[in-house]
Amino acid sequence: MEKFKSLPAATRSTIITYAMVVIAFLIMQGLLSVGAVSNSTQGLLVPICAYICMAISLNLVVGISGELSLGHAGFMSVGAFTGVVVSTALAGSGTSGPVRLLVAIFAAGVSAAIAGLLIGIPVMRLRGDYLAIVTLAFGEIIKNLLNNLYVGLDVRGLHFSMSDAASLGMAEGGKVVINGPQGAVGIDMISSFTAGFLLILFTLFVVLNLVNSRSGRAIMAVRDNRIAAESVGINTTKYRLMAFVVSAALAGMAGALYAMNYSAIVPKKFDFNTSILVLVFVVLGGMGNIRGGIISATLLTVLPEKLRFIGDFRMLIYAIVLIAVMLVSNNRALMERLHGLAGRFRKKGRAPSPAVASKDGGDLS
Amino acid sequence: MTRTEGTYKAQAAAAGKRDAAKQRERTKMVPVVTDSIIPERDAGQTILECRHLGIDFGGLHAVEDFNLTVGKTEIAGLIGPNGAGKTTVFNLLTKVYAPTRGTILLDGMDTANMTTDQVSQAGIARTFQNIRLFDTLTVEENVRIGLHNQVKCGMWSGIFRLPRYWLSEKEFHDRSLELLDVFNMADNAGDIAGSLPYGAQRRLEIVRALATSPKLLLLDEPAAGMNPSETAELMEIIRKIRDEFKIAIMLIEHDMDLVMGVCEGIAVLNFGRIIAKGTPDQIQANPQVIEAYLGTQETDDATVRGGR
Ligand SMILES: Nc1ncnc2c1ncn2[C@@H]1O[C@H](COP(=O)(O)OP(=O)(O)OP(=O)(O)O)[C@@H](O)[C@H]1O
Ligand SMILES: [Mg+2]
Repeated sequence: MEKFKSLPAATRSTIITYAMVVIAFLIMQGLLSVGAVSNSTQGLLVPICAYICMAISLNLVVGISGELSLGHAGFMSVGAFTGVVVSTALAGSGTSGPVRLLVAIFAAGVSAAIAGLLIGIPVMRLRGDYLAIVTLAFGEIIKNLLNNLYVGLDVRGLHFSMSDAASLGMAEGGKVVINGPQGAVGIDMISSFTAGFLLILFTLFVVLNLVNSRSGRAIMAVRDNRIAAESVGINTTKYRLMAFVVSAALAGMAGALYAMNYSAIVPKKFDFNTSILVLVFVVLGGMGNIRGGIISATLLTVLPEKLRFIGDFRMLIYAIVLIAVMLVSNNRALMERLHGLAGRFRKKGRAPSPAVASKDGGDLS
Repeated sequence: MTRTEGTYKAQAAAAGKRDAAKQRERTKMVPVVTDSIIPERDAGQTILECRHLGIDFGGLHAVEDFNLTVGKTEIAGLIGPNGAGKTTVFNLLTKVYAPTRGTILLDGMDTANMTTDQVSQAGIARTFQNIRLFDTLTVEENVRIGLHNQVKCGMWSGIFRLPRYWLSEKEFHDRSLELLDVFNMADNAGDIAGSLPYGAQRRLEIVRALATSPKLLLLDEPAAGMNPSETAELMEIIRKIRDEFKIAIMLIEHDMDLVMGVCEGIAVLNFGRIIAKGTPDQIQANPQVIEAYLGTQETDDATVRGGR
């Protein structure tokens, strides 16, 4: 314990984050093994894992890089459908489920990274609100493209079309993997809670390691003060793009995990609402606060389900909880009082939590 | 230390560059320092050369026909009234603004097509009039970011913690502490930069700029908001940087004690144009400068000294 306290603050925080995830997983596994988890909650486990990964990856863009992205669900869907196609294509090859899931998630990450790069290059010419609006537009474009995408699989391999299933020109016995607006059907449900847990660990590993490296410091430098970052020789476009693409890749992986938890999935699932939902996880957890994002992703995925018994009122309560938390966390006086309370239980003072501070405006002196 | 016009001319002639010397003469602020003990500060060795530099903002000629040469280890001052265009000159040199006219030669290299980050890599570092630190990061992280182009480690090495990562982190740590140590800030390495007292923030900005291994350091009002003892300390720091790092320094400052105390050559800017160049003594005696900026020293001393 003494040794733990002597570690640098960043290292300590990293260890706590990993420990929190591992302990939560172990507790959940324990509960599962004694049968203390209801069926409906069990059904939520993989989505929670996927949303946690989404929250961590979006935090890289919103919290660490300081850009508002409103199209994150777009990358999730690119990954989701890539994952489904790859896993279906591999189904006949006799590979085991976990291996197929691994390959599918990897492919999903690569394709989402490519999408992130293609979108990021034009988008990184913009900043602030303009960037947010354009990412929103790209998210919708991805959804509409996938709404018109048809993919078939037959003995000759994969077929793609952007008009309808008939034009795939498949041989006898071919199977439509993605059927336009109806999305992917007959998915092999190979995702599992353990896979979700491992993907969370991987996502954490990538984001936390990136943040604590030369590249991550450059990303945060651009966030804190773009002009100063340029003045010390940082290519700001490169590092903003890096955060954006890495985040897209991780979102794609989360998408593949999510999709393969269901037998069917439609492109409409990954629309603007989903992007906003993930953004809410990040903002509620505190921008740049990875641990907070994990907790809020979990709570806000569970809450609507647990409130189902009060019927339509649940969305009202959900909204009230959101507003309350926002008000509290944005009220300086209230926060100070809360910190004061917390301070009584804690001996050592802590450094103020990093907030997104953009000082790009104003004069250049 | 002899810094007479004669020595300079003799050396230029010896170099056999009479025309070049004449050209330099026109834009030179002061006779170049010649000091055989520090050969880097020898005559004719220029680090920065601005020719007919200018920029317009709409109809306003914010800087116009700016000609200036700075020697390799010279401490140069840029002074003038508020709104004269001093900060704009720094923004031009660092390519925060693209010049409308003119050329900038850094160590003989034209910076015309460079961006701000490329200029930094080429060797110009700066501080800002309104402090621009990476507020949410620690003091050490700020310096590490300054070392960005001095120590390399790619994205993949960083994410997957390859050997390159561990080597680079050690180098980042050692070099940033070494630099902080020069300015007695090593004890603050773990503090959040935004929470430092004002004077320390200004010092940290200088350390961060030095971390980029510049050939020319631009300081924009480094003494603003400092008390007299901090200012005196700053003068020592400026001299120390020049002597230890052997680089050129150009500073903007309203505090005349500091400017006259450390600068070897001074250029005075008014309405975007250079109205005078010379040694501190020459500048203080120049009637044009007194009228435009210094005021009558006897009565107006306090306002000048107070600066901004
Ligand atoms: N981006 C800009 N757009 C328009 N005008 C500008 C811009 N930047 C500077 N100016 C104008 O250029 C002139 C010079 O400004 P500058 O900031 O260089 O003055 P300064 O000499 O640094 O003054 P101070 O001593 O107050 O810092 C001012 O009139 C200012 O309003
Ligand atoms: Mg200024």
